[in-house]
Amino acid sequence: MHLKCSETKAAIGELVMASSDSGMAKTGCPSATPIPRRGFVEMLLGGGFLATAAAFVYPVMRYFVPPKTADLGGDSVVAAKVGELKPNSGKIFRFGSRPGLLILTAGGEYKAMSAVCTHLSCTVQYRPEMGEVWCACHNGTYGLDGRNISGPPPRPLQAFDVQVRGDEIFVTRRREG
Amino acid sequence: MTVLRNMLNWLHERLEWDDLIAPLLKKTVPRHRLSYWYFLGGITLFLFMIQVATGILLLLYYRPGSNEAFESVQYLMTQVQFGWLIRSIHSWSANLMIFTAFAHMFSVLFLKAYRKPRELTWISGVILLGLVMGFGFSGYLLPWNTLAFFATKVGTEIAGQVPLIGRPIMIFLRGGEEVTGATLTRFFGFHVAVLPAIVTLLIGVHLLFVQRQGMSVPPSVEKEWEANPSAIRETKFFPNFALRELMAWYVGLGILGVLAAMFPWNLGVKADLFASAPAGIKPEWYFLFMFQALKLLPSKVWFIDGEVLGILFFGLVGLLWLLLPFLENDRSARSKQWITGLSIFALAFVITMSVYGYVAK
Repeated sequence: MHLKCSETKAAIGELVMASSDSGMAKTGCPSATPIPRRGFVEMLLGGGFLATAAAFVYPVMRYFVPPKTADLGGDSVVAAKVGELKPNSGKIFRFGSRPGLLILTAGGEYKAMSAVCTHLSCTVQYRPEMGEVWCACHNGTYGLDGRNISGPPPRPLQAFDVQVRGDEIFVTRRREG
Repeated sequence: MTVLRNMLNWLHERLEWDDLIAPLLKKTVPRHRLSYWYFLGGITLFLFMIQVATGILLLLYYRPGSNEAFESVQYLMTQVQFGWLIRSIHSWSANLMIFTAFAHMFSVLFLKAYRKPRELTWISGVILLGLVMGFGFSGYLLPWNTLAFFATKVGTEIAGQVPLIGRPIMIFLRGGEEVTGATLTRFFGFHVAVLPAIVTLLIGVHLLFVQRQGMSVPPSVEKEWEANPSAIRETKFFPNFALRELMAWYVGLGILGVLAAMFPWNLGVKADLFASAPAGIKPEWYFLFMFQALKLLPSKVWFIDGEVLGILFFGLVGLLWLLLPFLENDRSARSKQWITGLSIFALAFVITMSVYGYVAK
């Protein structure tokens, strides 16, 4: 009896869609619901497709994002040996995954800073004839303390501490606060 | 000859393509004094086909990866017979293709071929131009030399400056926080798989639109023809226009051959991730106008970083450019003049900034 009733409803699916209440009443089915059957099936199917799509899209979106790599540099690194740099010259050294710049000033003082230009991340260099730090990409200049002097750089280069221990020159990241 | 004819007949008996090619044989294109500007799109397509062919050839020797890429290109250029020529053709054809794509765009702009009903053709074309520049940007890194390394660093950093979405985009492009071998692997994937698939599809759509709507007639010619209908000239697409186009391709091939053989493309110095950017570093000429404009901006404008302002400005211009056909009001003559004026200004800006960027230190 019940099966027959649902069969009838399926057969008049279209009718139910068009005029829900009156259509239901005519069949005399006790389980008549206010949700039209076709709409329900479409919702189920559409929802299923959406869920399937999400099940594909989500892993792919996550896949796009590369895993974080640890910065293996730590807070301190040997940038050079004593005597390696002539006065009024600079050297790029590796500080973790980024380059740093060590300068021996004309006055014999060591200065160290990040070599990543604060403008668009090019690697800067020391220009002995200018006595300044210069970025070749967009002509930005910085002072020996890392302060941005001219050109597009918006911020100073991060300055590092320099310590000479024995014949090694250690560069250390400054602790905030 | 008879063998060929017999083979054709044999195929024709089985496939019967008469009804398929009938519209093509009937197809006509307008003929007027500005017709030659309409060859630029076809030449761009021809250069794209050369890119696909030479790109496949380069794939036979190229190895992506920061330890192998530079060496494999070096090997290709010094050991492989005609390797230097294939790479030189690929590089020159890429540059010519970007040039003809730009020229095609500006000719469409000045001949007003973007007007209704061709808005979608314009939009697909602007997207194609962006994708072609993406081809240039991603391909430039593949030899893994110093110039390419810093160009990619700066280019992806610029993408990273976009507020909110910039940083995730930058990390997605670089395959990490920094430009490394992971970036090279990604760019290789974009360059040889993602972009070719999208561009091929979009070229198909672009050509389908052109096919459906026929070729646009410039307003000046249109006015003359309206006044004097007997002056209307049309020419058959097959064989008249197609053969002319083919001749244009042949000339293009000649120019490409001369450039590639006489001025072989350099390989440069292998990228060193821990070296300073070399003095005099500049991007490829087609990015030069943006590079120079960004270089001229001060570090701070009011409270915003100059860079961010520049990027937002270029982004906005790009969006307006894409929607240009919708800015032109059908009825008012003023909007038409306004768009032509804007196009002339844009062209002058691009040329001036490119020349300035080229000569500036």
